Amino acid sequence: MKFFIIFISGFIFSLGLGLSGMTQPHIVKGFLDVFGEWDPRLIGVMVGAITVHSIAYRLTIKRGSPLLEKSFQLPVKTGIDMRLTVGSIIFGLGWGWAGICPGPGLVGLLSGDVRFILFIGSLLIGMFVFQASQRKFLK
Amino acid sequence: MMNALIGGALIGIAVSIMLLFVGRVTGISGILGGLLNFETTDKKWRIFFLLGMLFGGLLLRNYDQDQFFKIETKALTIDFVIAGFLVGFGTLLGNGCTSGHGVCGISRLSLRSIFATVLFISSGILSLAIFKYLRGDL
Repeated sequence: MKFFIIFISGFIFSLGLGLSGMTQPHIVKGFLDVFGEWDPRLIGVMVGAITVHSIAYRLTIKRGSPLLEKSFQLPVKTGIDMRLTVGSIIFGLGWGWAGICPGPGLVGLLSGDVRFILFIGSLLIGMFVFQASQRKFLK
Repeated sequence: MMNALIGGALIGIAVSIMLLFVGRVTGISGILGGLLNFETTDKKWRIFFLLGMLFGGLLLRNYDQDQFFKIETKALTIDFVIAGFLVGFGTLLGNGCTSGHGVCGISRLSLRSIFATVLFISSGILSLAIFKYLRGDL
């Protein structure tokens, strides 16, 4: 039951990405092209998603625990550090360059377009390199 | 704009279902990073979420491949390789992407996520400006 709900959630998530235009790099780039012909469409995605989740988050947290697990597992870090800053800047550089972020990249794999496949392959290598460097750094 | 709003609401519903039933933040980079990491023991839910996403992708493709997945930018093949690496490395270093920080974090009014979102949108704007300069268009 739990895994079926998670599957459905992933399914709804990807339909949302598709419908909103996030899987089309020119729309994402148009949104970031504030100095050119700015395409404001993606404001709708942020507004829609944040409005729904802001309300749902508050109602859910009031319950004290989720329905199928003992407790919530929310991020505990607070405060801004170098890691968050540098990581977010690097992510944005890649995002603006191709117009693809992780979710739409994954959904785009199904298109069979080799560019989506290369993007995700390279993304996984980037993650792997990060994790390997961290293990080395921690030793 | 209407499609974006409805699509956004669907994304909001999906992450809200995850929070209500399993109590988790839905960040795609975190889900992927956890799958790649040998030390993570909770791989099963990540796999099911990704399978759901891929199933959605299949449906979108069968409905209208051109509408949903057309890449009509000036990006060369190598650009997707460079961008993918930066996105993978950056999202794990910065603990999140558009979904984890941009949707879940902002909804929780997390200062870290608001800061991260402002940063990655800003560096995205910069990156695109450089891209346009080098490649001539979007």
